[in-house]
Amino acid sequence: MELTGAQILLESLKQEGVKHIFGFPGGAVIDIYDELPKHQIEHFLVRHEQGAVHAADGYARSTGKVGVCLVTSGPGATNTVTGIATAYMDSIPVVIFTGQVPTALIGNDAFQEVDIVGITRPCTKHNYLVKDVRDLARTIKEAFYIASTGRPGPVLVDLPKDVMQARTEFKYPKTISLRSYNPNYTPNKKQVKKAARLISKAEKPLIYSGGGVISSHAGEIMTRLARRFSLPVTSTLMGLGAFPGNDPLWLGMLGMHGTYAANMAVNNSDVLISMGARFDDRVTGKVSTFAPRARIIHIDIDPTSIRKNVNVHIPIVSDCLNALKALEEELEELEGINWEEKHSNWVRTVKGWREEHPVKYETGETGRIKPQYVMEQIYELTRGEAIICTEVGQNQMWAAQFYKYHSPRTWLSSGGLGTMGYGFPAAIGAQVANPDKLVIDIAGDGSIQMNIQEMATAVCYKLPVKIIILNNSYLGMVRQWQELFYNKNYCATCLDTAPDFVKLAEAYGAEGYLVEKTEDVVPVLTKVFASPKTCIVDVRVEPEENVYPMVPAGASLTEMLLV
Amino acid sequence: MRHVLSVLVENEPGVLSRVAGLFSGRGFNIDSLNVGPTLEKGVSLMTISTHGDEQIIEQIIKQLRKVITVIKVVDLSDAKAVEREMVLIKLNATDSSRAEILRIVDIFRCKVVDVSTDELTLEVTGDHGKINALVSLLQRFGIKEFARTGTVAMRRSMQL
Repeated sequence: MELTGAQILLESLKQEGVKHIFGFPGGAVIDIYDELPKHQIEHFLVRHEQGAVHAADGYARSTGKVGVCLVTSGPGATNTVTGIATAYMDSIPVVIFTGQVPTALIGNDAFQEVDIVGITRPCTKHNYLVKDVRDLARTIKEAFYIASTGRPGPVLVDLPKDVMQARTEFKYPKTISLRSYNPNYTPNKKQVKKAARLISKAEKPLIYSGGGVISSHAGEIMTRLARRFSLPVTSTLMGLGAFPGNDPLWLGMLGMHGTYAANMAVNNSDVLISMGARFDDRVTGKVSTFAPRARIIHIDIDPTSIRKNVNVHIPIVSDCLNALKALEEELEELEGINWEEKHSNWVRTVKGWREEHPVKYETGETGRIKPQYVMEQIYELTRGEAIICTEVGQNQMWAAQFYKYHSPRTWLSSGGLGTMGYGFPAAIGAQVANPDKLVIDIAGDGSIQMNIQEMATAVCYKLPVKIIILNNSYLGMVRQWQELFYNKNYCATCLDTAPDFVKLAEAYGAEGYLVEKTEDVVPVLTKVFASPKTCIVDVRVEPEENVYPMVPAGASLTEMLLV
Repeated sequence: MRHVLSVLVENEPGVLSRVAGLFSGRGFNIDSLNVGPTLEKGVSLMTISTHGDEQIIEQIIKQLRKVITVIKVVDLSDAKAVEREMVLIKLNATDSSRAEILRIVDIFRCKVVDVSTDELTLEVTGDHGKINALVSLLQRFGIKEFARTGTVAMRRSMQL
């Protein structure tokens, strides 16, 4: 039977197992929306297209499935760009469908026309303009395949209106083979052997894990490996949750706002085992002094990550899961090593650093609420079982430092791009995917206003997302830099004009709470976490609190400013 | 160091932009770029000459391989290769200089492809070095127009 392009799109989504999509309609995609109610796909109408992509991204991060969104041409498409770039930098599988003007009008500067394929070329893993309805099903299959395999990433498919109306025979391809795209999933055996031998000779080995461990579902095996062979673990911001945050071998995050123990361990380790991480500048600090004593093993599925920033001694191009399985086997074959004993000195040293300078804060005399305290209480109240989303800035760093993540996919944060306004729509996506879980967005008073319009979405679909605003009336992280490095010239960072967030929540039909005293934090949070409604909690925190430890940009990891 | 990369790509709309955008976006250099169809339908060959240190070239090659529509990348600088480019040069040729120009044409095995009372147009083929040498010899006559194809290259059959 012949189907229209719109029907083919929706049938194809069904074939891909898509149950939820996030979108916003417009002239170029009316045909698709006209067809949508006839299909078993639940659509969530966002209030801004950026929110749709972040929601799809949060859906993907919290489940491992591909997130899907649908928007119209022109401004609908350009509004997705920040969301796409966010997903691209963090390697998140998202497929974005954009409407396009009819093929005959492309290039004519038609109404709501934009070359979105051209615009998103550098921030998608791949993208397509479908000019012929006969290519549609295959293109969708390819889009999902590319987005979810290898190093995952966003794929955009641009759909001209006439292609959505045209008819053709529908047959969804079962398999796919792309001549020019064959990600390498299995590690080279020799390299793994070399790595195992190096680890067996190490006195101060350290695991440095990243987002790749989470996307390849390798958290469990990494945890087993670390415990079995007595290897301390640090991770990037993206890697939080892969290794239990309450494990004795856990050192906390490394890098600019990493823990003292993690940064000291990197500096002193003799073998650094990097798994699914990419030696980003916020992690390495000054590259020339990063891990100066270490031989580096680098496991990554993307060859471009290897030797991009740091020279490595044993590169292993592979999916983390397979590489870690192979590494485990090789290490088990090495006989006569008592791993716990072999690394006991090192583990003791590392623990010493952790006890010497744990992440901490001064309680202060002002009596103002400490944002770190709020995070600690959120951890206690949720027992580490919530899904924590964050915006970007100080709120994000405190959420990374003062909440212990127990399992993968419970920490959703824009690491690479650092997108303010990410957390709330991502929380919406995560809540859609995990209706029974408590989903919390840790926000600042600045970043929450970047996608506050999604309150309507959350309330409309009865998504009980909890927004905790650590309100310091500043763009806090920029203010912190101004304080430390720009002579306290607080130019454009003071947000003394802000909405009344309690009234704002109520205006949207949600619940709003104001917390001004430390003793009110726990009672209010307890009530909020039990509420079935969308809630905003406006917590007035110490305005000029800083995030510590901090390694100034471009300095070595050991040059930490501590509390 | 200068490297010549042979890049086999799917000939789909936007492939040139993907490759060119990769170079500009990551701050890599393109010294010359030549694209043409191959004998296989739907597949084109790009020859890119670029420069950079070892680490940069390694990144360029890896990044090119990462582009979904790139099929194969070969660094011809790793092997013995034949390298050629073609240039058209239009230059002043007065009665007093014409004979001298033609002598140079002979030495460099150029061809005269167009002529008028005061101009000559030459066609020359050669590697990078030869073209540069010829240009520096001809400059004093006054080069009026200059069109270069960019390098094309191929691995030699015998790697002696």
